[in-house]
Amino acid sequence: MEIALSSPLQMTTVPAQAGKPKSKSIIPGFGLTMGLTIAWLSLVVLIPLSTVFIRSAGMGWSDFVAVGFSERAMAAYKVSFGTALAAALVNAVFGLLTAWVLVRYRFPGRRIVNALVDLPFALPTAVAGIALTAIYAGNGWIGQYLEPLGIQVAYNPIGITVALIFIGLPFIVRSVEPVLEDLSAEVEEAALSLGARPWQVFARVILPAILPALLTGFALAFARGVGEYGSVIFIAGNMPFKSEIAPLLIITQLEQYNYAAATAIATVMLVASFIMLLLINLIQAWSRRRVNG
Amino acid sequence: MIDDRKSGSGGRYALIALAIAFLALFLMLPLVAVFVEALSKGIAAYGAAIVEPDALAAIRLTLLVVAISVPLNIVFGIAAAWAIAKFDFPGKSLLISFIDLPFSVSPVVAGLIYVLLFGAQGWLGPWLRAHDIEIIFAVPGILLATIFVTFPFVARELIPLMSEQGRDDEEASLSLGASGFQTFWRVTLPNIRWGLLYGVLLCNARAMGEFGAVSVVSGHLRGLTNTMPLHVEILYNEYNFVAAFAVASLLALLALVTLILKSIVEWRFDYHRGSAGH
Repeated sequence: MEIALSSPLQMTTVPAQAGKPKSKSIIPGFGLTMGLTIAWLSLVVLIPLSTVFIRSAGMGWSDFVAVGFSERAMAAYKVSFGTALAAALVNAVFGLLTAWVLVRYRFPGRRIVNALVDLPFALPTAVAGIALTAIYAGNGWIGQYLEPLGIQVAYNPIGITVALIFIGLPFIVRSVEPVLEDLSAEVEEAALSLGARPWQVFARVILPAILPALLTGFALAFARGVGEYGSVIFIAGNMPFKSEIAPLLIITQLEQYNYAAATAIATVMLVASFIMLLLINLIQAWSRRRVNG
Repeated sequence: MIDDRKSGSGGRYALIALAIAFLALFLMLPLVAVFVEALSKGIAAYGAAIVEPDALAAIRLTLLVVAISVPLNIVFGIAAAWAIAKFDFPGKSLLISFIDLPFSVSPVVAGLIYVLLFGAQGWLGPWLRAHDIEIIFAVPGILLATIFVTFPFVARELIPLMSEQGRDDEEASLSLGASGFQTFWRVTLPNIRWGLLYGVLLCNARAMGEFGAVSVVSGHLRGLTNTMPLHVEILYNEYNFVAAFAVASLLALLALVTLILKSIVEWRFDYHRGSAGH
């Protein structure tokens, strides 16, 4: 390892012996590519990310709790996590439906539908945000019909949820799709021919098989939703304690030069996303064991 | 394919209709809204909003950011995939997790970490100020934030692809006397080109459209540090809706082009769906 950057994280990444591949390979370039990878990763991701934790650690526990778990911060977490959960649940249902329809049925326009599913990955979040606001605001395309019914979508948590449904859908569809493709239709046909009803086939045969993929997609959509900013702020209304998301609160604190509060809230969100990352890995390990065992 | 199932075709059509209705409402409608709102005051107002100097400056800055961040992402992605896929070493899965890390970090936090490092109150702030180097509220900060959020794109497409291809082709080429560089250029690169293109497409879309991370570090200086998405925000907050949607429509066109190219890569070359796991 020719790179001599003294990042504490780097030590855990690549132990000292890593320079020598276990199986003797004649392929060159390990030192160069690995050095480049570790250096670039440390400089762009690991060292900058560690500043948040080091700054938080320097604050002292009581100060950290005072700003990281203030009433306003708690309200913001509730909005962020609550709307992300609601959106992920909606997406679990409709994402599974979309994946099912795409995998199992052939219909005109299927390829266009399939391409459209990835739109949230390709459309910049700010563009999605202003478009959704134009649709759901009180005088908007759909909003003007909902408002007389007493349903206000934009400028409150329902609007945030709508934006997060947009953002999260492809995570569920693309997680479930490959598993559905591998699921042989013969098992279902056998169940059907033995007298099972379609919903029984779904609950007993299909759902258990796709559950790990569905949970992975759910966790990915949820994690993305919690941190989402661009598509949300235009439609959210951004009222403290009501429709203010945690990422926006970080920016608000930063603009008021309140670095301690911004850092503490960021730390809470980072820890939350690390926990979700761990959960996703556990789900995947569990599903691998189920497949292999 | 289950076309002749007992459940009958009625249920099938109901499911298809429900899925299409959901996608039309939540995905298609916002896309249509961008173009309709952009053209709501006629084509002249649309054109005027796009050739306005601040809009052109935003377009130039966005293209500059893409021109720097995407090639860096390609170099890093290929290097990381080469090291990870062609060699065995301890801690491999941890390294992959670290590469994926930026995907699970909120874009706002991604911007914040650079403010904490390079901002006026940051660790390196005083030193940078003494040496007249501007990173935060300037183009380098925007670049760094974009590089952070796009970090995993190329690497995570190539790592599974190259792992699956193994190293037989490279070993054959090397044992026949080709140099390491020739082997990479003539053997590896042709093998991974569709995966690479796929990763570059997604990386490019994200780099052009990134909003949260860039918003934190940009300072929103009109004509100077405004990228296209930030320019959309400013116009929108000034109630200049036609102009906001006009600039947004350019980004929406980019998204459409990305989806079309991505679909072509998937259909024509059977990449990702189907063949990736054979």
